[in-house]
Amino acid sequence: MRFGGLTAVRSVDFTVNAGEIVGLIGPNGAGKTTFFNCLTGLYIPTEGTVSYKGTVLPPKPHLVTKAGIARTFQNIRLFANMTVLENVLVGRHTRTKEGLWSALLRGPGFKKAEKASEERAMELLEFIGLAHKRDHLARNLPYGEQRKLEIARALASDPGLLLLDEPTAGMNPQETRATEDLVFAIRDKGIAVLLIEHDMRFVFNLCDRVAVLVQGEKLVEGTSEVVQADERVIAAYLGEPFEGEPGEAEAAEVAAAEAGSTNAAAEERSTTSTKGESQ
Amino acid sequence: MTEIEKTTPDTPAAPTPAARGLIALPLAAARALLLAGGIATAASAFLAWTWTDEFPGDLTITGYPGGLQWLTFIAGALTALFALSSYGIRGLGWLLPAGNNAPLALTALGGFATTWFTVIAICTELGGVVNLEPGGWIAAIASLLPVLGALALPEQLGEDTKENLKAYVAKPDRIPAPKALAPWVERAIITIVTAIGLAVFTYGIDTEYGELFIGYLILIAFSLWALHTAGLMDRFSRIVAHNRSFTLAMGFVAAIAFPFTQTDDHYANIGVNILIFGTVALGLNIVVGLAGLLDLGYVAFLGVGAYTAALVSGSEFSRFSGVQFPFWASALTGAAASLLFGVLIGAPTLRLRGDYLAIVTLGFGEIFRIAVNNMDGDSGPDITNGPNGIPSIPDLSFFGFNLGESHDIGGFTLGRFANYYLLMVLIMAIVVLVYTRAADSRIGRSWIAIREDETAATAMGINGFRVKLVAFALGAALAGLAGTVSAHVTYSVVPTPYQFAGSTPPNSAFLLAAVVLGGMGTVAGPLLGAALLYLLPEKLNFLQDKSLLAFGIALVLLMRFRPEGIIANRRRQLEFHETGQLDVPEQATLTDEPAVTKAGA
Repeated sequence: MRFGGLTAVRSVDFTVNAGEIVGLIGPNGAGKTTFFNCLTGLYIPTEGTVSYKGTVLPPKPHLVTKAGIARTFQNIRLFANMTVLENVLVGRHTRTKEGLWSALLRGPGFKKAEKASEERAMELLEFIGLAHKRDHLARNLPYGEQRKLEIARALASDPGLLLLDEPTAGMNPQETRATEDLVFAIRDKGIAVLLIEHDMRFVFNLCDRVAVLVQGEKLVEGTSEVVQADERVIAAYLGEPFEGEPGEAEAAEVAAAEAGSTNAAAEERSTTSTKGESQ
Repeated sequence: MTEIEKTTPDTPAAPTPAARGLIALPLAAARALLLAGGIATAASAFLAWTWTDEFPGDLTITGYPGGLQWLTFIAGALTALFALSSYGIRGLGWLLPAGNNAPLALTALGGFATTWFTVIAICTELGGVVNLEPGGWIAAIASLLPVLGALALPEQLGEDTKENLKAYVAKPDRIPAPKALAPWVERAIITIVTAIGLAVFTYGIDTEYGELFIGYLILIAFSLWALHTAGLMDRFSRIVAHNRSFTLAMGFVAAIAFPFTQTDDHYANIGVNILIFGTVALGLNIVVGLAGLLDLGYVAFLGVGAYTAALVSGSEFSRFSGVQFPFWASALTGAAASLLFGVLIGAPTLRLRGDYLAIVTLGFGEIFRIAVNNMDGDSGPDITNGPNGIPSIPDLSFFGFNLGESHDIGGFTLGRFANYYLLMVLIMAIVVLVYTRAADSRIGRSWIAIREDETAATAMGINGFRVKLVAFALGAALAGLAGTVSAHVTYSVVPTPYQFAGSTPPNSAFLLAAVVLGGMGTVAGPLLGAALLYLLPEKLNFLQDKSLLAFGIALVLLMRFRPEGIIANRRRQLEFHETGQLDVPEQATLTDEPAVTKAGA
């Protein structure tokens, strides 16, 4: 995938098997969301194809969803002024086909289909635990429930593969735990999950396999142990260790010039935080 | 009505004792002033206000109110009623369910505004205060009394209303929930309200001079505001939510009854024009209100329908003068031609988003008008007869019932326009049915989803382009359907009305204004907006050449103070106002109706 002269994602070959939870990690700007957008047809890849169950998918979002790949968004994109139930019903769009005529004529088929859609939507709301809020506007839900609702909306299209773009961003530890359970429950329904995440504990708890994307290229792919042990991954997050030590003289000069303590403190902070992530 | 009385608390909520009004008067005196002032205002309507009948309406006869005096009478009576209700009199408690003072203040202000408007109009039109009879002075003073009384009432501060004049007209935060009413009582209430509504609307259309219409609007605005702050509007809409189809039926009964109340076919003409305008606005509401596509050339579809109907009407000036379709066929042809035109315009343009779509539709709208202007055989193919249009379109006739002639039905005479009015009610019923059914379905949800977030909608499997094209084509077809009737109503079709902006409706700007003013995404909103936008220039002669300016100002003010339109879609109301967002109507969980009501009805 190229934007003008910038190659955002380059030759990433990637397979998700049925019933798997796969994580996609990488530093900011690595191209994870771009990769998702290519998969779901929001971007038309400059080269390469997306195939699902053996058939190559055309780069049209609605056809990708119809084929069985559903997604959520990094910054929540619910239909803010529709109710919770309606949001999920919109997700049923590809699995129903009542057009304008049947809506106008209101035959028995229409009523049956509407009823079935609503039942299925309520089932999903029960599943994520939002059934009691079916008539609230989506915009009025708290943040964590909006994330859940987005997952329910994606599940409504009966996908075989669910793409989650940072499902726990901005959540507290309890909510993250709940999301973990939710993803396992989704997997137990036989739906493969591919997720982008920055919370490393979450990723390594959850995923059967993890792929690391750095600067648009896949660095390594494998089980969490393999990925955690990989030197290059640590390097990608932390940066390469300096080969040539900075000149002693130069360092001393800097330290003398600006009361070197601030520098040291900053460095220390960045190391601890990265350690936390890579555990 | 007895049941309603029981539903309300017998003692209105006692106002906080510490609070005092702006004017230092004891509470009892303030209330007495309101009651006495209201009665005095109503009574003053029976006096002679001026000495000459040069002022329209003849306000010279004592004991026999005329024109504007009736409005003063009604305002005074309303004030007195609310004042009596604030005394906690049994049987009137239902008027003030929250026991607040705002309705008192507003009805008092309404009476004051109406009366003083009349008095000032007399002075300016006849040239000086010398033209006021003592009765006029008495009316002016009497209508001031309840306002003073209202200001002397203690302020009722809500949780977050600030201590200022606004508190006097603020709606209380919580209206006590009414007890459940028997279904027949609810229906009786709806019937009575519909009848009153019809009477009020008919009065408005029948006003003969501008002063009366302004007074009427002042009174209506204050009365509705008062009813709103009293919480009666909320209660009524709750009743309506229980009886949605009954209300719709009553609405149509009222619409059908309208021509039978008219003796002059001129007012039926106004009625049929409002209906055509309103029906087209409702069609536009699908495109703008539901699917969120800003279409600035919508009137072209009305034109396509009208021209198609004119061409196949059998008019001798039509290109196909030998062809005369029966009405059902010409209506279908007109709708189909509009639909085709809609698809042709929509297919290339609907790939654009937002402002670009608006610009392109604006262009296509103008192209239509210029094209029919030029298809006269000289500068283009000979189809539309150019600027001369297609005149002498014959009247419609159903089974020997000629719509062009007057008929006597049950003692009422229905003139030409009344006949077309009834036909138009039928068309409007079809459009309302199409609108409500389409809105509450899979396709309607995908329109709203597209409006909310097009990217997310396509990622949920909605074929955005296709769904938008359906909305665009459906809107076009409905406008075309209305156009086929309008061709017959106006005898002739010419290119000039089908422009972007002009001083008379319908044109694209007015149609859009009707939708936005009335309330996007509702059924009643565009109809109300259309009625207002048609009646204002029709009744107020001085507005006619400045109507665009006036509506521009009105729209700016509306966007500032009530961005969701006069009749708010529940969804939109929540979108624009932060308060009460977590309130979910109770009936949503109690009935098996769809939870969100898209139609304002």
